[in-house]
Amino acid sequence: MANIPSVEALLHNTPLADVHAALGAKMVGFGGWNMPLQYESILSEWDHNRKTVSIFDCSHMGEFMIKGDAVACGLDSIVTQTITDMPVNTCRYGAMLNEAGGIIDDLIVYRKGAEDWMIVVNAANIEKNARHFRAHLNAKANFEDASFKTAKLDVQGPQSRDVLKALGLAAIEKLSYYTFGQFQIKGVPCLISRTGYTGELGYEIYCPWEKCKEIWKNILDNATVKPTGLGVRDVLRVEMCYSLYGHELDETISPLEAGLDKFIDGKKNFIGRQAVSAQTPQRTIGYFISASRKSPRAGNKIFDAAGNEIGMVTSGTFSPALNAGIGIGFMDSPRRDAGVEIFFGDEKSKAAAVVAKRPFYKFGSLKT
Amino acid sequence: MDSRLRGNDSGGRVMEIEENFLYTKEHEWVSIEDNIATMGITDYAQEALGDVTYVELPEEESEVEQFEQFVSVESVKAASDIYAPMGGKVVDVNRKLEETPALINKDCYGKGWIAKIDVRDMDESTNLMSAEEYRNYLDSLH
Repeated sequence: MANIPSVEALLHNTPLADVHAALGAKMVGFGGWNMPLQYESILSEWDHNRKTVSIFDCSHMGEFMIKGDAVACGLDSIVTQTITDMPVNTCRYGAMLNEAGGIIDDLIVYRKGAEDWMIVVNAANIEKNARHFRAHLNAKANFEDASFKTAKLDVQGPQSRDVLKALGLAAIEKLSYYTFGQFQIKGVPCLISRTGYTGELGYEIYCPWEKCKEIWKNILDNATVKPTGLGVRDVLRVEMCYSLYGHELDETISPLEAGLDKFIDGKKNFIGRQAVSAQTPQRTIGYFISASRKSPRAGNKIFDAAGNEIGMVTSGTFSPALNAGIGIGFMDSPRRDAGVEIFFGDEKSKAAAVVAKRPFYKFGSLKT
Repeated sequence: MDSRLRGNDSGGRVMEIEENFLYTKEHEWVSIEDNIATMGITDYAQEALGDVTYVELPEEESEVEQFEQFVSVESVKAASDIYAPMGGKVVDVNRKLEETPALINKDCYGKGWIAKIDVRDMDESTNLMSAEEYRNYLDSLH
């Protein structure tokens, strides 16, 4: 037994592992990576993100570089969203499916040039996704998994634009939502997109792995910025009703059930298309607000007012914005309208909630 | 957080321990005076939980057994079971926690108390740890 390495030893580290340790972060294993859960406290970090500006180490996420004509090299038939009409320097959210129509991952496609693409995927799925791309791209594609040489820092919050401008990036002003550009931060080349996972105005900065510490320090030198962990990142994304792979999305879940329909191009052929066309969703994703501060948790059952079990919670948290518990889950058809009373918990203990419209948090600076 | 996110305290902060209280392995504290046991969770427990957002208090007048789960404390990302350090009848609960659950983070041994139990059998206190024993126990966890 003595030769079996500990779980911690098997986790990947981002370029900032010692920086997080020096900041006193609580660390957790997430998607195979050793990541900061929180630095100070989840509530104070939440408050700072929604009102000011935060930086997140998201270097665990995967980046694939593909060169080739989208249709000719096979890329277009791997992803569900339309990509052939994307202007250069824009990005688009979508997914890739298996033949059975299950979700292999959700992803963002970046068009860097006419035949130059970057695909950003979830950390836990990097190896699986790379295998899928290698299996389905043809000889006309040049594929590189750049996940371990590309770091990513998210700067998110209503003052995030000011922070980047203060670093001399005047042109950041021109970036509209879901577009990107090539910039330099103190001489270091970075790809910066106006994207994020918080519902606030924000940017994702892709930089060389070995320069990540420099960029992190340059941004944190601005006194308005606070480091923020994955704990808050999860609260922020649930408040925005953004799906997380492994919770609302996985290979057993149909994209139609998960509400990905609008990220599927029905006019093109893609892997899983036939299976999806034949699917009749038996359940739909729904959002609900607890009647109290008691929070739903992933794995809780969902009941209707008559006490019938109608579904399961996939994500749940306390929402500082609503001062109440909030949850996401799958509920049997038909779709329940906002305002319908449901219950979450188990047979022994149920707590009241009402179905809500997405997002829970409606005051974000996302599009300002 | 979720099932794949488990926290550990790597901060290295020294945990506060009240000298005259008794402790459980599940990190509850208890202070017994005139047969009434006031209980709450320890500094170690509140630090591990993070910001407390909700406390499901026990019903007054309910009977509990020693080490029976009778309270649930929720933080932003998780819910934790809290066990009765002594058996008996719940005679008082801290209603202030309904509006201000963060009292557990701010003052876990004082204003953040959770419940008072009218102790049935004082001998059960031999199943608990002294402050020194609890300190050694915490050291053994790291």
